[in-house]
Amino acid sequence: MTELSDPVAFPQDRTCPYQPPTAYDPLRDTRPLTHVTLFDGRPAWLVTGHGVARDLLADPRLSTDRTRPGFPAPTERFAAVRHKKTALLGVDDPEHRVQRRMMVPSFTLKRAGEMRPSIQRIVDERLDAMIAQGPPVDLVSAFALPVPSMVICALLGVPYADHEFFEEQSRRLLRGPTADDVVRARDRLEEYIGELVDRKQKDQQPGDGVLDDLVHQRLRQGDVDREELTALAIILLVAGHETTANMISLGTYTLLQHPGELAQLREDPTLLPAAVEELMRMLSIADGLLRQATEDIEVAGTTIRAGDGVIFSTSVINRDETVYARPDTLDWHRSTRHHVAFGFGIHQCLGQNLARAEMESALHSLFARLPGLRLAAPAETIPFKPGDTIQGMLELPVTW
Amino acid sequence: MHIDIDKDVCIGAGQCALAAPGVFTQDDDGYSTVLPGSEGGTGHPMVREAARACPVGAIALTDT
Repeated sequence: MTELSDPVAFPQDRTCPYQPPTAYDPLRDTRPLTHVTLFDGRPAWLVTGHGVARDLLADPRLSTDRTRPGFPAPTERFAAVRHKKTALLGVDDPEHRVQRRMMVPSFTLKRAGEMRPSIQRIVDERLDAMIAQGPPVDLVSAFALPVPSMVICALLGVPYADHEFFEEQSRRLLRGPTADDVVRARDRLEEYIGELVDRKQKDQQPGDGVLDDLVHQRLRQGDVDREELTALAIILLVAGHETTANMISLGTYTLLQHPGELAQLREDPTLLPAAVEELMRMLSIADGLLRQATEDIEVAGTTIRAGDGVIFSTSVINRDETVYARPDTLDWHRSTRHHVAFGFGIHQCLGQNLARAEMESALHSLFARLPGLRLAAPAETIPFKPGDTIQGMLELPVTW
Repeated sequence: MHIDIDKDVCIGAGQCALAAPGVFTQDDDGYSTVLPGSEGGTGHPMVREAARACPVGAIALTDT
């Protein structure tokens, strides 16, 4: 491993929304891991090599429990809610295993396949409304956000009528801007889910959402307590719409900036599943998975000490040229299977198969229905998200 | 080749069934399982890819 003279600050803003921050360019020469400095001046390891990333993400000596003293915080606002219990991605085994096993049957490939017709219906309805409204539209608010939001509401049994409330709180939870925003958003979501659970408990005829099952079976049987159920519901609701919305908006922007690749996709829609994987690799929207070593770990000729923060830059890992030839090129014909955009190890994305189904349906129908789709503003003027949150477009003005 | 899946380790990500749908599937609880008749691996070229794609290393392949 070559050391940089001055550690790079992490995270940094992207300069192009579908490329890793240019400030990370030197990190490509220091694979598989290097030192970075966090906002509070603390050092952390940044993992940048694909093979080491897979090994470490699957290593039980790395904890994801952010309540541990010294757990790395990428932002001040993350530090402000660290003490709050986060289900699934914030707990280690064996606790994590119990939660994951409770959720797995609702997120299988088969279940995602069964949801495809209802996902397609939602996509079609949103496109009908958007076309009726006429161009130009902001694709984020008209399509990219409502589609996954409606899908996760239907799956969980959350009333979509409340979408403005929970979308706003999710936005504040993930992006602040201040630590107070994050704390308040978390409290409001807790209160909202608590009331929803109360209402569901009184239902004589339970609905068929995942939350209905949790309330009427798991909570009643004592498999889960109310606090844990609330934490689970928050993570499913927030992660279930924000991430996919970003992939749809940023995926659309990226395709519009790559007309040759878009034309290939239009000519041969069977390329779509491969294109979605390649977009996942290229865009790596969750760029900075957080862990802390619980023991000393020998890796790549160096030692990660117990207590050290370890961060995985998925955007740099997914462009490891020893795994992906011409890693900065969008290529539907490469094998992208082993990208880590959904993570790796026990915390690999629970909703990945649902997300794939949503991305395929949304991107396919958008470009099939609107052959003339194009940006309604110069590409370089369209705002996107800062580097300290999930990556995606803040707005996406389009016309057709 | 023989395929073994450790269901205690499996997290139901579905990567194996996605990579080699002719060999792997998920049961009703969401855990991966080998389709009946495919335990011997069927020489399917994607079996090794599927094992490598498993995020928790739950799939063991033994050459017979």
